[in-house]
Amino acid sequence: MSLKRPAKDQPEIFEFNSSSLEAAKSIISNYPQGKQQSAVMALLYIAQRQNDNWIPLAAMKYIAKFLDMPYIKVYEVATFYSMYNLSPVGDYFIQVCTTTPCMIRGAGKLVEACKEKISENECELTNGKNCSWMEVECLGACVNAPMMQINDDYFEDLDKEKTLKILDKILKGETPKPGSYRGRINNEPENNRKTLMEYKNA
Amino acid sequence: MLKDKDRIFQNLYNDLGSNLSSSQKRGDWVNTKEIIDRGRDWIINEIKDSQLRGRGGAGFPTGLKWSFAPKEVGSRPHYLVINGDESEPGTCKDRDILRFEPHKLIEGCLIASYAVQAHVCYIYIRGEYFIDGQKLQKAIDEAYEKNLIGKNASGTGWDLDIYIHYGAGAYICGEETALLESIEGNKGQPRLKPPFPALIGLYGCPTIINNVETIAVVPTILRRGGKWFASLGREKNTGTKIFCISGNVNNPCNVEEEMNIPLKELIEVHAGGVIGGWDNLQAVIPGGSSMPLIPKDKCESLTMDFDSLVAEKSGLGTAGIVVINKDQDIIKCMARIARFYKHESCGQCTPCREGSGWMWRMLERMAKGEASKDEVDMLGDVTKQIEGHTICAFGEGSSWPVQGLLRHFSDEIKKRNKFDPIIKKDKNIPYLVDQHLLDKNA
Repeated sequence: MSLKRPAKDQPEIFEFNSSSLEAAKSIISNYPQGKQQSAVMALLYIAQRQNDNWIPLAAMKYIAKFLDMPYIKVYEVATFYSMYNLSPVGDYFIQVCTTTPCMIRGAGKLVEACKEKISENECELTNGKNCSWMEVECLGACVNAPMMQINDDYFEDLDKEKTLKILDKILKGETPKPGSYRGRINNEPENNRKTLMEYKNA
Repeated sequence: MLKDKDRIFQNLYNDLGSNLSSSQKRGDWVNTKEIIDRGRDWIINEIKDSQLRGRGGAGFPTGLKWSFAPKEVGSRPHYLVINGDESEPGTCKDRDILRFEPHKLIEGCLIASYAVQAHVCYIYIRGEYFIDGQKLQKAIDEAYEKNLIGKNASGTGWDLDIYIHYGAGAYICGEETALLESIEGNKGQPRLKPPFPALIGLYGCPTIINNVETIAVVPTILRRGGKWFASLGREKNTGTKIFCISGNVNNPCNVEEEMNIPLKELIEVHAGGVIGGWDNLQAVIPGGSSMPLIPKDKCESLTMDFDSLVAEKSGLGTAGIVVINKDQDIIKCMARIARFYKHESCGQCTPCREGSGWMWRMLERMAKGEASKDEVDMLGDVTKQIEGHTICAFGEGSSWPVQGLLRHFSDEIKKRNKFDPIIKKDKNIPYLVDQHLLDKNA
């Protein structure tokens, strides 16, 4: 279980804007009548997207009313799952995978780069910076290790130098290109492909 | 090596594009109606003949699982749930299916839904795969547009709706009952079994849960015949499998190969060999982090399938192969895996919640050489206290890798941890309960 604390400074009110409202209603219709509680995870995501990448307590209360379920149940879900940010993380949220397959390919160097460029500590939004970073568990791109996720995008096949360049771009407010940073195509073995060769570069 | 024509996932590396028209060129959706018209008994029997075993880790026979669904639909509707919560360290195969072969999965969903009489199918995807989920959603929209799914799907008279449900970063939701809890909008904490989901699952209704890869291979099996699939690999370990080879190899990759392929061939031929040469190999985790590691001497002749790995006291799991060479500290590697399990334990059962942290802290100290000799046995004891004493298989998953380490590398641990607290009084180890014995002023 991961430890998660809501932010100290909380906005008083939260409401879905019109596009969020539309998205929320469409999600609820995916589930059977009376089972609208199933949509709580998706609605928390919608709130997170609307509110600069984090979920205030007011949003949980709003969602609880919206889905006709107890507030504590929403709070439980929001604190159980690690992808809901309960305090501000900045415009760019950098998650570095450091689980064993990434670790043995040098994920520690990526963490070093984050410490140098962003902040000494994890989950720290320092003054004037638009991003924060944290170590996370396996992100499921092990053959592209080491890798990190920035908001929704995966950045793969990294090393320290490449990470520093990506972080520089972010600090300037630019959006770096996701995908492999060694130029290989998806998950194929680099320079050594032995299968499905007739389709390669077809 | 498996012949290219026998590979199910022709677009594993996305050479051809994943949209509907290119998928149809590869044979998806070609004669779906014909397949379904042959009836559910034929479908289930053909899958049984193929001896397909679930690709999510446990290796349960798929045809048998489908036959557990009630024959008649009663007052409660049936559901099909696809498990795409791929979070096992070392595994990244489902992601490639979601983004490059989505139509194989969607067609498989239709056939499987028909076989188990479900009109609604939920695909549970881990939240981090948002971009890949969007690609799948695009493919689902395409399929709706062409009426391949929806009302009277593909002209079969069967109605099917497919919805994606995103997880939010909880490894435990890959456990099937935790996954159901998560879809119902709760914390992902596993349920007691029985009742099994096939009878009481999602919303209390009969539910069949399969892995992404399992469902995605179904259409091809039915097209080419269960016999064709069964002719690959060996008895009870048939067919092809996507192997993910990561860690200290020259060319980490995903590759679809025949079951029962030698591990050495996977590493040397497909992944370009171990960094520093084969002799530099230290150990291999054969099936995702929860499977015990295999030391180098056994890797020479090891073949990769369910039963031969069980014979080595390990398992095929998800076929996520993590290669660890001699440049790595094996105790540190396992300590990091223990930290993963400590982080991901859902906290429901005490042995797992407390034990996973216990194992992690002990291994961290062992990596630094700060443990006493006795603790090596104590660690083994802790793993035994967790294993088999929890609601779900997470207990086994977290303790097996540690047991694997103790089985093959206990000499290494003992060599590093010579510390004996009674003799070396000046060493301050805050974890010891008998700390007071070290007090010089006492």
